[in-house]
Amino acid sequence: MEEHRLPERDGPWVMRTYAGHSTAKESNELYRKNLAKGQTGLSVAFDLPTQTGYDPDHELSRGEVGKVGVSIAHKGDMHMLLDGIPLDEMNTSMTINATAAWLLALYMTVAEENGVDRRALQGTTQNDIIKEFLSRGTYAFPPEPSMRLIADTIAYTVDEVPRWNPINICSYHLQEAGATPVQEIAYALSTAQAVLDRVRMRVPEETFPRVFGRISFFVNAGIRFVEEHAKLRAMGQLWEELGRERYGVDDERLLRFRYGVQVNSLGLTESQPENNIIRIVLEALAVTMGREARARALQLPAWNEALGLPRPWDQQWSLRIQQILAYETDLLDYPDIFEGSKVMDGLVAELVGEAREEMAVVAEQGGAVAAVPYMKTQMVESHRARVQRIESGEQKVIGQNCFTEAEPSPLQEGEDGGILRVDAAVEASSIEALGAWRDGRDDAAVGAALEALRAAAADPDVNIMHATLDAAHAGVTTGEWAAALREVFGEYRAPTGVGDAAAAPPDDALTALRDRVEEVSSALGRRIKILVGKPGLDGHSNGAEQIAVRARDAGMDVVYEGIRLTPARIARTAVDEGVHVVGLSILSGSHAELIPSVLAELREAGADVPVVVGGIIPHADEEALLEAGVARVYTPKDFEVSRIMGDIVSLVAERNGVVAVP
Amino acid sequence: MAADAAELGRRLGRGDRSAAAAALNLLENRADREARAALLAEVSPAALGGEPRAHVVGITGPPGAGKSSLLSVLVTEWRQRGQTVAVLAVDPSSRRSGGSLLGDRARIDHDPRDDGVLIRSTAAGGRLGGLAAATREAVEALAPAFDVVVVETVGVGQSETDVEDVCDTVAVVVQPASGDVLQFLKAGIMEVPDLLVVTKADLGEAATRSQRDLGQALKAVGSDAVPVLAVSSVPPPSGIAELADALEAHRRGTDVAERRVRARRGAALREFVAEHGERALRELGGRRRAERLLEHEDPAAGVGDLIEALATRR
Repeated sequence: MEEHRLPERDGPWVMRTYAGHSTAKESNELYRKNLAKGQTGLSVAFDLPTQTGYDPDHELSRGEVGKVGVSIAHKGDMHMLLDGIPLDEMNTSMTINATAAWLLALYMTVAEENGVDRRALQGTTQNDIIKEFLSRGTYAFPPEPSMRLIADTIAYTVDEVPRWNPINICSYHLQEAGATPVQEIAYALSTAQAVLDRVRMRVPEETFPRVFGRISFFVNAGIRFVEEHAKLRAMGQLWEELGRERYGVDDERLLRFRYGVQVNSLGLTESQPENNIIRIVLEALAVTMGREARARALQLPAWNEALGLPRPWDQQWSLRIQQILAYETDLLDYPDIFEGSKVMDGLVAELVGEAREEMAVVAEQGGAVAAVPYMKTQMVESHRARVQRIESGEQKVIGQNCFTEAEPSPLQEGEDGGILRVDAAVEASSIEALGAWRDGRDDAAVGAALEALRAAAADPDVNIMHATLDAAHAGVTTGEWAAALREVFGEYRAPTGVGDAAAAPPDDALTALRDRVEEVSSALGRRIKILVGKPGLDGHSNGAEQIAVRARDAGMDVVYEGIRLTPARIARTAVDEGVHVVGLSILSGSHAELIPSVLAELREAGADVPVVVGGIIPHADEEALLEAGVARVYTPKDFEVSRIMGDIVSLVAERNGVVAVP
Repeated sequence: MAADAAELGRRLGRGDRSAAAAALNLLENRADREARAALLAEVSPAALGGEPRAHVVGITGPPGAGKSSLLSVLVTEWRQRGQTVAVLAVDPSSRRSGGSLLGDRARIDHDPRDDGVLIRSTAAGGRLGGLAAATREAVEALAPAFDVVVVETVGVGQSETDVEDVCDTVAVVVQPASGDVLQFLKAGIMEVPDLLVVTKADLGEAATRSQRDLGQALKAVGSDAVPVLAVSSVPPPSGIAELADALEAHRRGTDVAERRVRARRGAALREFVAEHGERALRELGGRRRAERLLEHEDPAAGVGDLIEALATRR
């Protein structure tokens, strides 16, 4: 046998597309089409209300229903979502965290009502709450009960749904929030450790190695694709080490580092967006090229993610990348192509060493749960450094901070501007459908199920899955399930990480900015005060955090209250705090609903302060927002934070009749 | 400008809370001294015909003790009792840039449609005239319009900020096993507060032990009348109604008017010196004599009038 060829070509990884929007019915049609195009697994994107445990008719759901994913409010929706899809053959990944136990119960209920044995179900619930606290923001409950919910789902599925991956520990979102490769490795593995320590108390000793074997990861891959590949090998090495040394697992199969990937979106640009497809191809290569550390499942973003939501064609284009890599290239013909590579071994050793050190720091802080504030601050700082490198031109981004001379992109010429638009009527129809669902249920059964759920939640020794499954059967809604648990567990607000973020090293731009802030502040009589707000359920806060930190560094007083604020709350804070300007950040596409309602609330509260908006705002919407009264709109192409700040200072000066310094 | 300011002051004097935010903006504006004076003149006890109605409560404690989470549930408790509440959160951070991040601690949750609650955060750094003066002025403006005015500060009860001077009742908040406060108390470094609150009572034994240790330390310094309460702000909250009761009991057991008059005179002297210098104090015949001069002034006189009175005696 030749050593440089495989006796038999490897089979491809599971190919998915993160998809779902509007209603269950529309998403079901989309899934069937995607499967017909050669996709081999499903990846369900839920909307933010579903992810954070609110029904479509909740105040916080406004503008978010069906936006970044599908709205699933009860088992009826789940039936419709999975209609005609063979659940005993399908491999379904669900990006769901705070409400993972609930969505898993809905999935299981639908399988059961369709006569599919739960032991045949395959798929993944993301279920990693720590990275929600750190970067993604769709948490619902405080850390302690959240960790318990995770432990409950793992302890339940390991025997009852044995082919299910109950948790997918995510380093993906850490990179999206600015983490370095070392931070990504260290924080993800520390999270895994916190979860495993927790489950160990909940399962019999002989079951535990199987629990270890069911833990899977969801990893990111950025454009520095050689180092990114090394990162995956480093993770595999550290994971095996953790299994052997900390948990005494010795079965090779159970020690395998299993991971799925979505490649980087943070590095995708709004300017010259066609370049993104090249970035995506290279990043896909990072996670497929070496057999030793090849992804089990892959999903790729679309070229237009910095512009808005991708259309089916955009997603198809990304699926084709996977298919070409798997079926046309010779990637799958060979054993590991990096075996014996000095460069690869050197990079891996470097990452392993540094990640071990960082893991030790997290352990010193009392483990991943206790170290959330520490990790968050580290990430805010890494991201700040990244933004600054791009601003200064030290880190090159083609088409954004260099080689900006370009022809107009024909990809954006269509009537839709090259993105998907979710019908605004979806929200109203979802609310109506929810009402009908509630009217058609057995109220007594629902009441009893919720009562039992509250009782189970209040007893930490009980596994919540049983009462959750009963509630799913009874027709309880997502919002009702979460509200019952909120009653018992309480609400939580994650640390923002901005307060402890170190001050930026001063450069000329910052010094000039500070002088202007001082000048305008003394003309105003008090320091410029800015409210940075995140309306709605969108938890992607790193844009808002960077603005808040930079405004502070520029010398402003900054009020930042974190994520998930209602328009009424933002207006109230603006008035009570006496701010000169309000900055809002939205990335979930709900700006068309939420921004005008913040403006209306401000008017009603009698606050005459300018509002600036930042986020993923399609060009067509920009005009509408300006017309509605927004003073400035910033999109990903405005990557120079210092310039945005200068702009805001001028705006404040202008609105207050203070002479603006040019 | 001064006329508008006086009108804001009069509205607050009538209990009109909708004037509060604009009044605070104006008071923070250090450029317009005249307007500030005009506003404050309207809310002095002399103008109001008596001490303003608010119970001024100081909540202070080390960072991370759980002050904001506690305030979140305490505000709810007060609202349920039908009391209106204003919270002045004083952020100690002062940075090289002069800027600061406010409201980054656990946010105080309240219904945004409820005008019976006002939350205002201020940065301590770089304020002309000192933090104590600015806080005092804000409290004076709010006190006629709210039932409770809370001044939230970071510290362990030393009078480094003098903020406590404006409060009728000062509660120091600590988390279990915070040895510093215990040592400070025993060593007499820290002023004895009116109330000690141990948070995170859900931790059980640790909180109970802290409560006991603090009680003993108080006894050792001869202050065993100071209540030590254990509270939990996580659901289900506990000890919150008891805390509200204890704060109220302290106020009822205190001669608030006397305490406030003393505080106003103290503030007037401090601010007089800050403004006119130690030399001016010597011209008055020294600190003791200045204090005696103030004692002869009308008890209802506002701080501004008192400073003025000292200045004219020079």
